[in-house]
Amino acid sequence: MTDKTCRASMRALAALLLALVVALAASPAAFAEEGGYPDANINVHDQASLQRGARLFMNYCVGCHSLKYMRYSQMAQGLGLTEKQVMDNLDFTGAKFGQPIVSAMSEADAEKWFNKAPPDLSLEVSAKGADWVAAYLKSFYLDPATPSGWNNTVFPNVAMPFPLWQLQGEQVAVMNPPEDGQPATVKSLKLAHQGSMTPAQYDRAVRDLTAFLAYVSTPDELPRSRIGAWVVLYLVLFTLFALVLKKEYWKDVH
Amino acid sequence: MGAVTQWFNDLTQWFNDRAPGLGVAYKKHLSEYYAPKNFNFMYYFGSLALLVLVNQIVTGIFLTMFYTPTASGAFDSVQYIMRDVHWGWLVRYMHETGASMFFIVVYLHMFRGLMYGSYKKPRELVWLLGMLIFLALMAEAFMGYVLPWGNMSFWGAKVIITLFSAVPVVGEQLVTWIMGSFVPSDPTLNRFFALHVVAMPLVLLLLVVLHLGALHEVGSNNPDGVEIKKHKGPDGRPLDGIPFHPYYTVKDLFGVGVFLVICAIVIFFEPTVGGFFLEHDNSIPANDLVTPASIKPVWYFSPFYAILRMIPSKGFGVLALLASIVALFLVPWLDCGKVKSIRYRGLGYKVALTIFAIVFVLLAAIGADLTPGWIVDIFGPNADITSIENLFGRTLVVLYFGYFVFLWAYTFFGWEKTKPVPERVTTHD
Repeated sequence: MTDKTCRASMRALAALLLALVVALAASPAAFAEEGGYPDANINVHDQASLQRGARLFMNYCVGCHSLKYMRYSQMAQGLGLTEKQVMDNLDFTGAKFGQPIVSAMSEADAEKWFNKAPPDLSLEVSAKGADWVAAYLKSFYLDPATPSGWNNTVFPNVAMPFPLWQLQGEQVAVMNPPEDGQPATVKSLKLAHQGSMTPAQYDRAVRDLTAFLAYVSTPDELPRSRIGAWVVLYLVLFTLFALVLKKEYWKDVH
Repeated sequence: MGAVTQWFNDLTQWFNDRAPGLGVAYKKHLSEYYAPKNFNFMYYFGSLALLVLVNQIVTGIFLTMFYTPTASGAFDSVQYIMRDVHWGWLVRYMHETGASMFFIVVYLHMFRGLMYGSYKKPRELVWLLGMLIFLALMAEAFMGYVLPWGNMSFWGAKVIITLFSAVPVVGEQLVTWIMGSFVPSDPTLNRFFALHVVAMPLVLLLLVVLHLGALHEVGSNNPDGVEIKKHKGPDGRPLDGIPFHPYYTVKDLFGVGVFLVICAIVIFFEPTVGGFFLEHDNSIPANDLVTPASIKPVWYFSPFYAILRMIPSKGFGVLALLASIVALFLVPWLDCGKVKSIRYRGLGYKVALTIFAIVFVLLAAIGADLTPGWIVDIFGPNADITSIENLFGRTLVVLYFGYFVFLWAYTFFGWEKTKPVPERVTTHD
C-alpha cells in the first residue's frame, strides 16, 4: 500500500516534470509562431553560406551599419578565410585585420543624413530572431507616402530605404479595401519589377545574409556545438562510472 | 601498510594534535552523520543546490575579472567576455545557466520539503533557514540580472525597485534611496554589483552553513517521515541510518553526473532556452527611452510576478506578493497534522499539494506572458485576452493562498484521515 502511494506520487511528480520539460521545449516553437514569421531556415555551420552572407553584408550593409563587437580577424576564423582573403575582398573600410567591423560613416554624419544613426547589427539576430530578420529583408515595398519612398510590412514606417532593391527588385503593396474611418492596410506584396535575382535567388541571398548575422550575434555557437557533444559524452561516461561505484558501495545496505 | 599510508596517518595525526575540532567536524557532518537509508529521487536536490552555489561563485569570480560595472561599459564588457576572453562564453553560459538551474533545483528541494513534511517538528528551524536562503537567492538573482545592463535588465530593475513605492509615507524616497538616482543608472549598477558579488554571496554562504548545521542537529527527514533516531542499535547508531560518507557522497555523485549532463546540453546546445534563460530583449543595450514590448522578469520570478500582476491595485499587489512568500515561511505552524510524509497523509492533503504544484507552474506561465498565446489558441483570435487572463490568473491566486488556508483548516479541525505510520523506514535504495 505504502509503496503504491509512493509510486503514485512519484508518477505524478514525473508527469509534472515532463510537462515542464515539454513546455520549455515547445516554447521556442511557440515563440516563433507568435511572431508569425516563416522559418528563416538558416544554417550557421554552412561555411559557404556564411561567406556569401559576409560578401552581401560588406557590399550592401556596412556602408551604414557596424558590427562593432566582431573583429575582421575573428570573422576570418569563423568563416574559414585567410587574412589576405578578408583584407582583399571583405574589408572596405581600411580597418586593420584585428579591428572591429565599424562603418565608415560617422555617427554625426548619420544623424545629419538620416535623422537617426543606423543601429549596430552585432546582436540583431539575438535581439529580434533570425526569422524576423529574414522576413524584414523580404518585406520592403514602394510607398510614396514615406520620406524614403520605401516602407516595410514587418517594420512599418522604417527609416531605412531598401538597400537590396537592385537584387530583389521593387515590390508594391496590394491593399485591403479600406474599412470606414480606418486607414487601408496592406494585404500582400507583389513583385512589380524583378531585380537582378530571381525570387529563389533572392531567398537564398536573404538566407545567407541572415545566417551571417546569426553567426555575428553568437560566434560562440561554432565552438560550442563542436565540443558540446564530447563534453556530454564524457559526462555520460562519468555518470555511468558513478552509478557503478554507487552500486558497489551500497551492496551492504540492507 | 605502505609508506604512503603511514605518511597520511602521520599527517592526519599532525592536524588532530593541533586542530582536534577538524576530525570531530568531519565525523559529525560526514562519516558519522547517519542519514536515513531510504532517500529517493527527491533527495538529490539539496546537494545539487550546493554544487550550483559553488559553480556560481567560481564562474562569478572569473566574470568579475572582466566585467565593467558602469552604465557605459557594462554591456560592452559582457560582449567582450563572450567574444574576446578565452572561454569567456563558456564561463558566462555556466553562470547564466547556473542561475536558472539554481531555482529549478531549489524549487524541487522546497517541494520535497512539502511532500514529506520536512518542515515539521523538530525541523522548523531548518525550514526557516532554508526560506531565508530562498529570499537571499531571489535578491542575489535579481541584482545579478541587472548587471549585463541590457534593456530588460534596465526595465526589470526599474519596475521591481519601483515596487517599493508602495511602502506608505516614505515609498518614493525609498525608491530613490535604493536606486541612488531617479532612474536606474550608474549608482544603481555600482551598488548592485557590490551587493551581488560580495554582500549577498557572504549572506548566502552563512545561511547555507546554518541550514546544514541546523539539519545535522536534528537529523534528516525521509520519504516515510519516521524519526530514525527512535530506533538505535547497541552501538548507538540509528538502525535505519547509514553514514552520509561514503554512502550518500557516492549516490549524490551519480546525481551530480545526471544533473551535469542536463546542464551541458543546455550550455552547449541551447544556452538561451528559447529566450527563457537569456531573454531576447537583453541583447539590446539599456535604453531609458525605449520600453521592451512586454516587461517581464526571468522565468524563475514569474509565479510571484503573476500574483503581483493579477491584483488590480498596486499596494495590494505588493502585499499579496509579500504574503505569497511569507505564507511559505509559516507552513510549519499552519500545518498542525501529526503525520509528516505524504505517503501516510489524508487524501485531501495529496490533492491539495498536487493542485498547489500545478497552480505554481500555471502562475509561472502567466508571469512569463505565455497565456495570451494560449488564450488565442483556445478561444480564437477575437477573444478578450485581458479579461480571460485575469479570470484565470485570479482563480490561480485564490488557489495559491487557498492551499495554506486549507492546510491549516484541514489539520487544525482534525478533518485529515491519516494512515498508520510505520515504526521503521519501509524501503531503501
